[in-house]
Amino acid sequence: MRTLTLSLAIAAIALISTPPANAATLDDVQTRGVLRCIINTGLIGFAFTDENGDWQGFDVDFCRATAAAVLDNPDAVEFINATGKTRFTMLNSGEGEVLYRNTTITMSRDTDLKLTFLGVNYYDGQGFIVPRALGVSSAHELDGASVCIQTGTTTELNLADFFRSNGISYEPVPIETNEEARVSYLAGRCDAYTTDASGLAATRATFDDPGGHIILPEIISKEPLGPAVRQGDDQWADIVRWVLNALIEAEEYGITADNTALLASTSDNPSVLRILGEEGSYGEFIGLDNQWARRAIEAVGNYGEIFDRHLGPSTAIGLERGLNAQWTDGGLLYAPPVR
Amino acid sequence: MSEQTAPPPPAARAPAPDDDTPLLARNPVVSWVWTNFFSTPLNIALTVISVWFIWSVGSAFLEWAVFNGVLFADSRAHCREIVEHGACWAVVSSRIDSFLYGLYPPAQHWRINITFLLLVAALVPVLWDTMPHRKRALLYSAFVFPVLAVWLLVGGLGLEPVSTKKFSGFMLTLVIGVTGITLSLPLGILLALARRSSLPVLRILSVVFIEFIRGVPLITLLFIASVLLSYFLPPGASFDLIIRVLIMVTLFASAYMAEVIRGGFQSIPAGQYEAAQALGLGYWRSLQKVILPQVLKVSIPGIVNSFIGLYKDTTLVIIIGLFDPLGIGRSLLSDAAWAGLSAEVYLFVALFYFCSCFAMSRYSLYVERKLERGQSHDR
Repeated sequence: MRTLTLSLAIAAIALISTPPANAATLDDVQTRGVLRCIINTGLIGFAFTDENGDWQGFDVDFCRATAAAVLDNPDAVEFINATGKTRFTMLNSGEGEVLYRNTTITMSRDTDLKLTFLGVNYYDGQGFIVPRALGVSSAHELDGASVCIQTGTTTELNLADFFRSNGISYEPVPIETNEEARVSYLAGRCDAYTTDASGLAATRATFDDPGGHIILPEIISKEPLGPAVRQGDDQWADIVRWVLNALIEAEEYGITADNTALLASTSDNPSVLRILGEEGSYGEFIGLDNQWARRAIEAVGNYGEIFDRHLGPSTAIGLERGLNAQWTDGGLLYAPPVR
Repeated sequence: MSEQTAPPPPAARAPAPDDDTPLLARNPVVSWVWTNFFSTPLNIALTVISVWFIWSVGSAFLEWAVFNGVLFADSRAHCREIVEHGACWAVVSSRIDSFLYGLYPPAQHWRINITFLLLVAALVPVLWDTMPHRKRALLYSAFVFPVLAVWLLVGGLGLEPVSTKKFSGFMLTLVIGVTGITLSLPLGILLALARRSSLPVLRILSVVFIEFIRGVPLITLLFIASVLLSYFLPPGASFDLIIRVLIMVTLFASAYMAEVIRGGFQSIPAGQYEAAQALGLGYWRSLQKVILPQVLKVSIPGIVNSFIGLYKDTTLVIIIGLFDPLGIGRSLLSDAAWAGLSAEVYLFVALFYFCSCFAMSRYSLYVERKLERGQSHDR
């Protein structure tokens, strides 16, 4: 038994070190008729179940858009739920084709973990929330404060860096989960709570008195979240990348879920016509037909529509676009053109 | 405090009722309360402190959970509109389908309902030992029910196929719990027999298996099931995650079961084996007729203990991204409409596990008493 286990382990290591170059992901997905998308097990605004038990959320909609482009059916998605610990192994072992799980793009993940990141669908960053009664308006005034922090995350390291480089002292209060942090913070076990800004806004939305708490203006780290696929299949990577780019560009040119047909027949903007497949043959370059982007937009709307539906000011979370506004509006969204 | 250990109430020791004892003290309820709660100054102090403690904790909880509890609402904000401070049970009532059936397609929920009824029917002959035609009914429980259950839940052959990735909620707990419990007992008996066997190969294999499984945490085994195994298989040919989990949970439980049963074997005096041999019974016959009935009887508390442990351990699958009731709770707490109601969700899930486990432990007590009675009757 032990020898067997040992030899199996060796075989596993051998396989891990030489991942199979799977060059036909598109064929696999189209043969199966279902896209397997790896998402979160539950994160406010990004992935959650509705009353019918269906997955909804910001990340979930990008999965649906990809399925609409590839399979002409936004519901042809099998959602694979991964925890922070299992997400990369699940992608690398082939249990899903694309990872849309609010994953920060970092160099080590891109290179050492053999992933290919395809762009940014949400610019996040670490921030602080404090009770208004504390009378603090900047993170630099937090000298001597106790800060609730999730252990074992990059946020912990970012926090230490920030306080050390600014020469101020703090007392960390280690916490395991966001829910525990919320309870501890409300119970006054810490003066401030720090995590990604989107998480802070989502957490604040669940307070009985959201107005009694403010999110400080300082963002102390860069957390660009984006989709990833396995290394080794460039065609598949291109598809996921350009679906994301097309959704962002669609917002820039005012293409929405409802006006695609109208614009396709009336617009004289060549950029719009290229996205909608009326000009050129851009779909063929990635192994799809020319209506690929149009289907994705019709399924879930453009980037702005997705954002407003799940995270924007009209939702309980109420996030402003901020960094996630189009470059024309002072944000960072600057999608390469479809041409 | 319990009735068996309490001394006889003073009323019993008191003189005849026609003397001048106050009427109140002759009331058996009053005298019982008096002896058990107020007989000495220490008892009085303890009673007062306990009542105060139970009142201060319990009344706040009752007020929150029952008197101010909101059963039906559309969202957390709606709950708060109805009652400012109180439990918002609407999060459970509005999503009860998610807890029961998880992500299983709503149009197919009837299949889970039928499977559940079939499960109850299959449990009747197992639990009711004086049932008429029990032997034939047991054949249904052992062979017909599992096939029917798999067909109904997974689909195919005329039913719409449902991916096992959609197995979740209480239904997943039952699938893992029932499979693990029913398979681990026979496997455990076989392992215990192998460990006591005089054949060295069998014995060593069994010892290595049991010690390996017992030496590794269940979470590690689940990670192996979810992550490592998929590297052994050719890409694309994925081997169902639920089946991998079922195998790991069953192996884990059977290793513990084997040790419980082995303890039972060791409590049987050697005379029983010799007597069985003297009657001319072979190995299997003596096991079946003489040894195993006694072993199982002695081991009931340990066996049920393992069952309950296994049943509660099913919730660990949350770590590998499967949705047990706790995972369902977490995913619906991520819905902005309900976020922040974790206390209600966790209490509800805890209640579910408590009811299941308490029922198991009560049934095992019933069986123990029954076997005890049977034995004293024989004497």
